[in-house]
Amino acid sequence: MIRQEFRILLVDATTTKGKVVLLDGRNDVAGGSGLAALLYMKYGQPGLPWNDESQPLIFAIGPLTGYFPLMSKMVCSFKSNYHGEYTESHAGGRAALALQFSDLDALVIVGRAKRLSCLGIGANHLEFKDAGFLRGTDAESSGKLIRRMFKAGSGHRSIMRIGPSGEIGSAMACINVDSYRHFGRMGGGAAMGAKNLKAIVIQGDSHFKIPPGKEYPRLYKEVYKKVTSTDMMRKYHNLGTPANLQGLNDISSLPWRNLQQTCDPAISTINGTSFADQALLRNGACSGCPVGCIHIGFIREKVAADNRYHYHQVAYDYEPIFAAGTMLGVTNTFDVLRILDIMEKVGLDAMSGGVALAWATEATEQGLISEKETLVTLAFGDAIAYQQAARHLGRGSNDFYRLLGQGTLKAAAVYGGGEFGCVLGQEMAGYATGELFFAAQTLGFRHSHLDTGAYSYDQKNSDKDITRAVDFLIEDEPGRAFLTSMVGCLFARAVYTEEQLAECLMAVGFDTLSGSIAKTSEHIRALRWKVRAKTGFNPENISIPKRFYQVKTWKGPIDKDYLDSLKKEYGKRIEAIIAGS
Amino acid sequence: MKQLTTPRMDQCIGCHSCSLACARLIHKRISWDTAGIRIHSSGGLSTGFVANRCLACDPPPCAKVCPTGAYTDRPGGGVIVKKSLCIQCGKCVDACPVDAIYRDRGGDVYVCIHCGQCVQFCPQNCLEMVDSSSIEEVLV
Repeated sequence: MIRQEFRILLVDATTTKGKVVLLDGRNDVAGGSGLAALLYMKYGQPGLPWNDESQPLIFAIGPLTGYFPLMSKMVCSFKSNYHGEYTESHAGGRAALALQFSDLDALVIVGRAKRLSCLGIGANHLEFKDAGFLRGTDAESSGKLIRRMFKAGSGHRSIMRIGPSGEIGSAMACINVDSYRHFGRMGGGAAMGAKNLKAIVIQGDSHFKIPPGKEYPRLYKEVYKKVTSTDMMRKYHNLGTPANLQGLNDISSLPWRNLQQTCDPAISTINGTSFADQALLRNGACSGCPVGCIHIGFIREKVAADNRYHYHQVAYDYEPIFAAGTMLGVTNTFDVLRILDIMEKVGLDAMSGGVALAWATEATEQGLISEKETLVTLAFGDAIAYQQAARHLGRGSNDFYRLLGQGTLKAAAVYGGGEFGCVLGQEMAGYATGELFFAAQTLGFRHSHLDTGAYSYDQKNSDKDITRAVDFLIEDEPGRAFLTSMVGCLFARAVYTEEQLAECLMAVGFDTLSGSIAKTSEHIRALRWKVRAKTGFNPENISIPKRFYQVKTWKGPIDKDYLDSLKKEYGKRIEAIIAGS
Repeated sequence: MKQLTTPRMDQCIGCHSCSLACARLIHKRISWDTAGIRIHSSGGLSTGFVANRCLACDPPPCAKVCPTGAYTDRPGGGVIVKKSLCIQCGKCVDACPVDAIYRDRGGDVYVCIHCGQCVQFCPQNCLEMVDSSSIEEVLV
């Protein structure tokens, strides 16, 4: 609902009680990313471990959620067990609208349930249900059982759940949102597991009056037309994000086989067109998004000689195909989906999991580890082995996999091979575009390729102007931080310009915020970094593994001095933001 | 007389744009429930989507049980709604054989009036306004 203050549901999982808190700060932090940082400042314990009972697990939406197209995402923030610092992850699905229709701007969970439990909330209910019987249950089966446990709102609610990875505290554990979307990175699943929560069910069963006057419905229609009638969003809805695989490969910027290569003719078998032609079953959308970028493929398994089959639906995107495909040298669409299917079930972030297994494969090739550690012999291209390894990694089958699940470089610190761990703050995203992206992911707030447009800058610029490049990162971040405070999909950033957002905010009654977007964006960016700094961020602590200096892109070999200078300068600029200068 | 039909729900992606449009434009609400058309998954998102909406019964059982004349027969099927006459008894909700009428917590009821406003907001071309006399089968 449109209101100036934030309406927060603060739930204590220990006592299973909650309370509604009204919080000021709309014009300073807007919502979403900004609100999540504000809530961590209020409820977080920067000096305590990530899994301390008192640490909050925060879910936040924005002032435009549900009010305009593509304002359909939710921010999850927590103290990550990957790096022990504050972080954010974003997801779509139905979660954002369900929280909005629960008349909440955020859900904050503190404490720890005494037994594995499911939390159900709505506009006028809050309940915990014992879920001890779901321990170890995969994300798919959990979904089926949770639907049965919570009957209200059937077919029209959001179910966020963790798989076994989250239960064992893997730093690569995701939170599965409505089967096909995820709070993927930085161990959100572990943060939820630390609360002893298997699932959160959000019903979203209230409604609000529309803003008065004719402007709001007129503007909605105008924005809707922009996102559906123009080519602006077509790439996301047609082949979807996998359309970029061929393009990145063509300019030698797609990581293959643990980044030993940046292109391979075999891309033609797993590019966006191949997936669409061979394996695309249907499309889906997040609630409130008419673009529908979700691409769901199928795998068909023969279970008996006499034509007995079953099938599974598996969502795919650019990043999961990079992680379970090119990075592992797997070049068959269905094999990629089979690996992703296992990761989905165990509740493992596909990007982190794929990159970690790519390192383990090269470590195997170099004799640093063997089947004794990996339980199955890993070799690039061996999809069956990777399905087994993904299950081991997700379930933490032995000491090796449990350590690898804490991060590739943590395993490398014990077994060796840190120089070829493809880690840029966390396991890399699928862009070997050049020096600026490597520096940007290494020090980016979420260590995400979406923190800034560095991968795009790399593809358009071959000069080595450090100041210009870092200026680009610094100037690009606040706008993204503001859009993720709305909380809009970053795919819509071309539609939701500052002017467009100002118009939208004005139309629903946030006049002051509408007039101060630039200032608020800067404030949100600084606040997020300050919160992260309180939990220990220091750019000097993060180094770039040697492998990234050996990469050859369309611009030629990586320039070590340029990359190091970019990282140093970007780190200095972030420190200046944290210091408030 | 035209009525709303949902002939291509196989193409539905579950974006709820139709429900949001109905709630926004007809009922002046921000909601995915208080609408004449509501999109639901059935047994999880892997099974696709169905549209809960008025099938334009002729005569409509909901109008028959309405004690105040808030719902009356609409030529060609469905109902004409006079909200000011509604006493929130909920009898129409119980009478609807396909759960097409939504009742909110305050007791207000919401049914499709076959105005067609939602059609333009479906990005997948699932919805269509069709003359009642030409409908051969019901698709949801």
